[in-house]
Amino acid sequence: MPTLTIDGREVEVEPGLTVLQACEQVGIEIPRFCYHERLSIAGNCRMCLVEMERAPKPVASCAMPVADGMVIHTNTPGVQKARRGVMEFLLINHPLDCPICDQGGECDLQDQAMAYGFDRSRYREGKRAVEDKYLGPLIKTIMTRCIHCTRCIRFATEIAGVPELGATGRGEDMEVGTYVEKALTSELSGNMIDLCPVGALTSAPYAFAARSWELTKIESVDVMDAVGSNIRVDSRGAEVMRVLPRLNEDVNEEWISDKTRFACDGLKRQRLDRPYVRRDGRLQAATWAEAFSAIGQHLKGVQGKRIAAIAGDLADCESMMALKDLMVKLRSPNTDCRQDGAKLDGALRAGYLFNTTIAGIEQADACLLIGTDVRREAPIINARLRKRHLAGGFAMGVVGPQVDLTYDTEHLGDGPQTLEQIAAGQHAFAGVLRRAERPMLIVGMGALARADGAQVLATARTIAEDCGMVQDTDGWNGFNVLHTAAARVGGLDLGFLPGDGGLDTGAIVDAAAAGAVAVVYLLGADEIDMDSLGKAFVIYQGHHGDAGAQRADVILPGAAYTEKNATYVNTEGRVQQGRRAIYPPGEAREDWAIIRALSEVLGRKLPVDTRDDVRARMAEVNPNFAAGPDAVETAPWGAFGTDGPMDPAPFRSPVANFYMTDPISRASVTMAACADALAGAQRERTGTDG
Amino acid sequence: MSAPTDASAQPRSFAFTPENAKKAEAAVAAYPKGRQASAVLALLDLAQRQNGGWLPRAAMDAVAGFLDMPPMRVYEVATFYNMYNLEPVGRHHVEVCTNVSCWLRGSDDVLAACRNALGIGLGETSADGGFTLSETECLGACVNAPVMMIGGDYYEDLDAGTATAILAELKKGGTPRPGPQSGRRACEPAGGLTTLTGLSDGRGDARGDEPGAS
Repeated sequence: MPTLTIDGREVEVEPGLTVLQACEQVGIEIPRFCYHERLSIAGNCRMCLVEMERAPKPVASCAMPVADGMVIHTNTPGVQKARRGVMEFLLINHPLDCPICDQGGECDLQDQAMAYGFDRSRYREGKRAVEDKYLGPLIKTIMTRCIHCTRCIRFATEIAGVPELGATGRGEDMEVGTYVEKALTSELSGNMIDLCPVGALTSAPYAFAARSWELTKIESVDVMDAVGSNIRVDSRGAEVMRVLPRLNEDVNEEWISDKTRFACDGLKRQRLDRPYVRRDGRLQAATWAEAFSAIGQHLKGVQGKRIAAIAGDLADCESMMALKDLMVKLRSPNTDCRQDGAKLDGALRAGYLFNTTIAGIEQADACLLIGTDVRREAPIINARLRKRHLAGGFAMGVVGPQVDLTYDTEHLGDGPQTLEQIAAGQHAFAGVLRRAERPMLIVGMGALARADGAQVLATARTIAEDCGMVQDTDGWNGFNVLHTAAARVGGLDLGFLPGDGGLDTGAIVDAAAAGAVAVVYLLGADEIDMDSLGKAFVIYQGHHGDAGAQRADVILPGAAYTEKNATYVNTEGRVQQGRRAIYPPGEAREDWAIIRALSEVLGRKLPVDTRDDVRARMAEVNPNFAAGPDAVETAPWGAFGTDGPMDPAPFRSPVANFYMTDPISRASVTMAACADALAGAQRERTGTDG
Repeated sequence: MSAPTDASAQPRSFAFTPENAKKAEAAVAAYPKGRQASAVLALLDLAQRQNGGWLPRAAMDAVAGFLDMPPMRVYEVATFYNMYNLEPVGRHHVEVCTNVSCWLRGSDDVLAACRNALGIGLGETSADGGFTLSETECLGACVNAPVMMIGGDYYEDLDAGTATAILAELKKGGTPRPGPQSGRRACEPAGGLTTLTGLSDGRGDARGDEPGAS
């Protein structure tokens, strides 16, 4: 362990660190633009200069490895002078447009100019101007502001895996861009906006919308996929202005997907802000009392087994708990949280979780993907897989759709036949998995949400057990289910599943069509075939006027994820709490409270009066909820799935269009623009496209 | 730098001729396995020569495909070096050095003479497609400043008159003699030899094969 002296303090640090990192360990902040701890070292901004004894000139601390006996000074007049010089050069070509720059107030250059800048310019020549680049509908560029730190280039190449950005030209003519005009094809491109230390790359939808200091910042959790990315919701008044990532090394590091970041404008459109009741075939605005009484009339005298409830993909745990309890009180066994018909029974927790955990991917040394397009289903997990791939020694095989995951994989086959071969040990990749010390597999909804899903699940379990993915010795569990719905694991944990003799989603729809189910309660469920619900009386509780609300007979306006304090469980089984950033619009209410109020009207009052009561009830049903926020409980292994023959049809990913997967992203103008710019290139335009 | 906006000149596709493909393979073979991207400079040069002195985007993409590297990385290289021409050039590409040494020795006059002789400005191509005039960075022949390069040949020790004469010769379809135009040989002192002026046995001077002053 090298020992060095930093500002007169002796420090012992890990070998291989840089001087900048060593300084950070002892709490000395070094200014920097190009250096970023998750990207490769560029060493081109020169802002991090420090003095090193016996070196003839200041050294760039970000690129200087520590060595024994080094003597570093970070705060001498010489260092100050050197950094002031660098700052002066950086500002030569940087426009003085802070008042109209969206980065203003959260700009690294602005902040550091306060420390190292001069109060006036000595530069009298013409400034350089650079043409703005088109990078797609999400990123606005003002390239004259660019200081060539190359963070965006390195992010695109290393983390996102789309080497489409580069620096063209040289010297004064150097420009950052794509050379050929095109939108970036990454699901993580928004992170470049955060990485950009100046205002060269800013958020296009947020352009000129607000100043950072006007915003109320609330730490919450994302629901656009099942990753549960940690986010910060910035709001002003009754409006969510933007969504930013929040650091969580175990989940999303400091990245979020473009859908997480940019779908928030969907929260302002197509909202259900008051109850509606269908009268004479048309939905008409109503009061809460009228809506509840309409429900009461239709439920009166209806047998429990003729009532059904389906929870949607964005539902929070509190509302699912309340609805489940209400259905039990109504003696209905017909509850299901699996809109897509995934064959996960919830009996054994390890059978439906991402057991390895997202951070655990970095310990794996071989991986089998089954029926999943990780890049579109969970871009953050894909980034982790890519990170592991780049570290080397990570064999990856794919059974299912052949897609570009941004790293090299071996495509083994399209469907269950290949899976059977691997399970029987006849496939070469089975040997790869067996020889690996910590093999893992990820089975996606494309493999489970089909008629033979339980058999696929059993085959995956066989592979996991036979290939040593479940190890007792060190607790390694390489069996992973990748969910696509934020509500799914929570629903399974709470047993929002068919009770004794109860119907699942498909059966509920069929029974409604046949008239066997008279009342269907949709808790934010929009992904089922609404036309097949027949003459059933449909109650839709949710926040967006999507498919479910169109079909509904009564609409109960609920709260979106930014408008309620709610619990979500991510695909790892991590219990996380979202927090309210703004109030629900109009007369909309928090979802569990709506169900609690309805229960009273129905004369089946739930014994919960506060959110804490609901949470206590959740903990009673499943002790995982008692462990407190952010906890991941290791699930014990056991038998799950159903042995039997599989349908040879190839696996297909459930996410056809990454930008439009739920009511919020479907209502988002930004997501529509993305779908048009990127996904749209692959589909034929029709006359209705305008 | 963005891609040239004039798309009309850009060919849709590019492929190495079988002969050049062989050369390209040889260039790649010079580097260890997996480091084939190191051959990018050689391949771009090959593509440029094959394509009449300039590199269309299709050629850069073809090189990227040949070397299995992202096209962006090739664009970065091609835009970095000014030896790669990203837009069509005339039959004779006249590159006048205007760096410090040449400038001190009168490259402004040489450039002005070229403009007059060709009737075009910097970065322009004559209407008949015969000449393209451009400014270049140091050609590494400062001792013979001012210098210009035409199609790989160096013309040195120029002044307005000699530059005009060279261009006139080219216009006629002739082949002007490359090298110093002042009459001196290579880069020996402009005022004649000052040391080693002759061999002790009187067999001329020490300049090798050619007999000395005779």
